[in-house]
Amino acid sequence: MTGLSAPPGDDVLRVDGASVSLSGRLVLDRVTFRVAAGEFTGLIGSNGAGKTTLLRVILGLQPTSAGEVSVLGAPASRRNHVIGYVPQKVLFEPETPMRARDLVALGIDGHRFGVPLRARRRRQLVDDMLHAVGADRFADARIGHLSGGEQQRVLIAHALVSRPRILLLDEPLANLDPGGAQEIVTVLHRIAVHEGIGILLSAHEINPLLPVMDRIVYLAGGRAASGTTAEVVRTEVLSALYGHHVDVIRIHGRVLVVAGPGGQGEQAPPVAPVPEVG
Amino acid sequence: MHWIVEPGFFSSPPVRVALVIGAVVAVVSAVVGVFTVMRSQSFAGHTLTDVSTAGGAGAVLVGISPLFGFVGSGLVGAGAMDVIGVQRARGRDLATGIVLGAATGLAALFLYLDTTTRATTGVTQQILFGSIFTVDSSLIPVVVVFGALSVAIILAVYRPLLLSSISADMAVARGVALRPVGLLFMAALAVSVGLAALVVGSILSTALLIGPAATALRMAARVGWAMVVAGALGVGATWLGILLSYDSFYWDASHQGLPVSFFIVAVVVVLYLLSGLPRLRSGRAGDRVR
Repeated sequence: MTGLSAPPGDDVLRVDGASVSLSGRLVLDRVTFRVAAGEFTGLIGSNGAGKTTLLRVILGLQPTSAGEVSVLGAPASRRNHVIGYVPQKVLFEPETPMRARDLVALGIDGHRFGVPLRARRRRQLVDDMLHAVGADRFADARIGHLSGGEQQRVLIAHALVSRPRILLLDEPLANLDPGGAQEIVTVLHRIAVHEGIGILLSAHEINPLLPVMDRIVYLAGGRAASGTTAEVVRTEVLSALYGHHVDVIRIHGRVLVVAGPGGQGEQAPPVAPVPEVG
Repeated sequence: MHWIVEPGFFSSPPVRVALVIGAVVAVVSAVVGVFTVMRSQSFAGHTLTDVSTAGGAGAVLVGISPLFGFVGSGLVGAGAMDVIGVQRARGRDLATGIVLGAATGLAALFLYLDTTTRATTGVTQQILFGSIFTVDSSLIPVVVVFGALSVAIILAVYRPLLLSSISADMAVARGVALRPVGLLFMAALAVSVGLAALVVGSILSTALLIGPAATALRMAARVGWAMVVAGALGVGATWLGILLSYDSFYWDASHQGLPVSFFIVAVVVVLYLLSGLPRLRSGRAGDRVR
């Protein structure tokens, strides 16, 4: 594949002090970060932290009340074909009359009027993209008959086939087993590096992303901390972000974020008294 | 042979008109029906049948063919559902319910007026349950034009409609304007429901719309093929229903005959049930491994 790759390290997306209020509630509060070409950025936060809202802002579907969003130097807008998007919870009925390759083809021209004509170039593009995400094997299978991980690969191919410069993915690892999640992350990392695409992937779980993540945007209560994993995932930074003490524990190359005493979040259950033996 | 096709079947003018109109309507229903099932808008389709009932009864009241009432009121109903349902969580469902109630009330009024003021006692039966054998041959061009319009709308918005039927989020991210696409689909649906009402009656028109499409979706792995299969099943069911209804005049000495709508819908339902048999479904395991 030969994409219009930007030099690695150039910013493809800048979010600067973006705030969003939804029916009087501040959902995003002065969020600032950037995504560079060829880099993999994880957008981490629990349910309701504002991840989907932030992605909608970048897609130009959600207006901000303050701050700026710049996509390749231009303000965020709808019909922006430099962004590819994989939404969360796309449900395919088993009887959906579509093969994997049909869905990918809609990524090329799904917005156009009329019926698609058979074109060799179109088919070649689809074949190349299915190969790039490792979906050749089930290219002609019904989309509704594929496993969750296989469907994610097809959705990623759909989002990438129009050659975007930025790829946004909303919780693509939810409902995947750890092995499946790892495969998807590996595919995405390879695409980011080879094609020079800036990837922003939202997840509530940080560990599957640790091997590939260049940067992290950590969202909690609408506020964000961003930087490299080493800069952000620290006890002081996350405690300040959450507004109460949390402990960051590293164990066997993985990270645990645990609410400390007095935290309002998930507290450790009180330890049951150990019955005396003998 | 004559115990399958009773004498005079092909030479009977009403039968010829019924076969032609039935085939056109079945094909249109198939094309629109596949998207109706994919978009889970069977309930909207059913509501448009109730709107059609009111329109058909109203048309009889002013002395024109019910067909114009079926189609015209369906288009108005589709527009009303769009206006009420837009920008609301679960708005589509709510809008459908409101329009359904209003339309059924009007249908009750118009059918009452039809039977009392115009003294056409069979009109209620005709509007609700259809009477393809009584359709005048002059309506054939009108049916063809309406049908072509409905199919043309679907083909014009084919790709955005398909993408938005799979996932509204994906369609929006691709730059599809959901509302115009949805509204155009509703217009095509209204026309197709109106046409089906002419064949099997307004109440049963969803059967012709949903049945063959749902059956085809079990068997075809591509949208285009699903439409072809649904069209073939729909035409087959309609023609077989017309034949059985014609034959039923000879089944007993009183020569009463049984309604054609019953036979068409019966064949549609039997086909759907048969498609549930494991061997006819496109194999789950089979199409995974190439």
